[in-house]
Amino acid sequence: MRGASQKTLRMALLRTRRRRNRAREGRTRGDDAAERPRRPPIVELRDATVVYPGGHVALERVSFEIARGEFVFVVGPTGCGKSTLIRTLIGEVRPASGEVLIAGHDIDRLRKRRIPHLRRRIGTVFQDFKLLPNRTVYDNVAYTLKVTGERRSEIRRKVPEILRLVGLQGKVHNYPDQLSGGEQQRVSIARAFVNHPPLLLADEPTGNLDPETSIGIMQLLYRINRTGTTVLVVTHDREMVDKMRRRVLALNEGRLVRDQAAATYHEESTSEFGVRVRAEMGVGEGHTNGEPIEPTASAPGS
Amino acid sequence: MRRIFFFIAEAFRALRRSASPSLAAIVTVVMTTLLLGVFIPVIRASSTTTENVQSQLALYVYMYPDATKKQAQAAEKRINKIHRVKNTDFVSPNEGLNRLRENIGKSEIGKGITQLQGKNPLPYSVVVHPDDPNDLPAIQRAITPPGKHAKPISPAIQEVNSGQKAAQAIRTVTNAVKVMLTVIAALLLIVSLLLIANTIRLSIYARRREVEVMRLVGATNWFIRWPFVIEGLVVGLTGAAIAVGMLWIGKVTIIDPLAENFALIDNFSTVGFVPLIIVLLAASIVVSALGSGITLRRFLRV
Repeated sequence: MRGASQKTLRMALLRTRRRRNRAREGRTRGDDAAERPRRPPIVELRDATVVYPGGHVALERVSFEIARGEFVFVVGPTGCGKSTLIRTLIGEVRPASGEVLIAGHDIDRLRKRRIPHLRRRIGTVFQDFKLLPNRTVYDNVAYTLKVTGERRSEIRRKVPEILRLVGLQGKVHNYPDQLSGGEQQRVSIARAFVNHPPLLLADEPTGNLDPETSIGIMQLLYRINRTGTTVLVVTHDREMVDKMRRRVLALNEGRLVRDQAAATYHEESTSEFGVRVRAEMGVGEGHTNGEPIEPTASAPGS
Repeated sequence: MRRIFFFIAEAFRALRRSASPSLAAIVTVVMTTLLLGVFIPVIRASSTTTENVQSQLALYVYMYPDATKKQAQAAEKRINKIHRVKNTDFVSPNEGLNRLRENIGKSEIGKGITQLQGKNPLPYSVVVHPDDPNDLPAIQRAITPPGKHAKPISPAIQEVNSGQKAAQAIRTVTNAVKVMLTVIAALLLIVSLLLIANTIRLSIYARRREVEVMRLVGATNWFIRWPFVIEGLVVGLTGAAIAVGMLWIGKVTIIDPLAENFALIDNFSTVGFVPLIIVLLAASIVVSALGSGITLRRFLRV
């Protein structure tokens, strides 16, 4: 019994090691592919339909493409299929018909055992943060790396680095319940991004936060987006969406009702972005900076 | 290797954190192992006494006093042909007298037997051993069929003594005791299995958030499962070790002194202590580890 379990354990370890090596090779191959002109979009849905057991149709013939490096909002009323979209992209639900492709790979053809490896390449952020309450900020972030079998020296290097990026370098050894909502969301973003995944999904990341904190979080997501990661944000916050001036996908009752490209989109630095959005929303630093605020700008907290 | 340490560290972390459910699981394992450790030898002992009693059960077929040796031998041959008779013993009057003397010993009656003054009142007789003591009545019916005008299979046979009614009574009692103990032991085993499974389910339920996060950051199912299995192993091992320690103390302080004073206990061929311990340890570890591993399945649906 003991020998057998040791054997299976060793086999499992060998398998993951092999898989990791393969994943590493895959990554370098992918980098080579970057130089090639045609690269599949990071997310592509073709007539994707998702039906839950019980017959509820959560997504109906949804088709869209997201190019690498885009920043995309998904909006829509409650129950329109936004969360289902996220769950489909991480392979938690499978489409009943149509195709869902992540970086050119059909999720439905992915074997069950490969799904964890898909998720390592997709960062996820949720409204309720999903932090582990009995681990410090550091351990929460290091957790992702431990799961993927990262070397300890790498963990020691990467975790403080990412915590500096999200602005939590002073709270490394705090526990989640000692942090504010915005700080907790930053930890959760750090955890999602510590692997530098090519795709980051955020499901209502500012749903529990006040406007000022929300802008900070959006600014952080924008900063991550500017490193080349594709960011997809599901949100209720119409005002924020309007101010961000990015591409918007609107869902209603499982159907894609609007795919509005960023009309007035222009390149701006992260700090420019923060200042502009704050100013336009009439929140926080926008006032103190003494920058002109349009009086018609919608009042905070509406 | 790094992973093994990670798994072990995670398992102990979980045990420390959920101390009271872990303690409950350990106590359950202790109780089950202890009860099994007492019941297995008792059941074993009661079945050995039953075997002893059963080996003594036989039919005593007595010839008429005036039957000759030839007639008696012919009768024995016929009895031997009866279905399910294992073998027969031919007992001459002299041998019968010797056996009687041995059985009765040197009491007053024994002295009376020695004073027969050369006359032997005993007839030829045949002792019939069955394949199975439960066949005795059938064999007896075959030798002397019931009914007024029915005749025994040999005219030399005077009577058949199924004898040893007391032994048969003992047999029924020990059988009943054996069945009862087995039923109680089985019930206890089932109850404690359910208890262990339930405790583990609770501990997993308490950590379902952790499992959820592990899945989100791309942990494989086995990666999630190992800490739980190790946790189960530790619980099983600790519980079994405590129980075995208690059994050993019980054996040294209670059973061993008894065995010295009463030859009776020595006669029982009980299970050896070492194999018993090995069986108990193995059983509790396997049950606990499997319990955690299997209970996790429902949380690991991709």
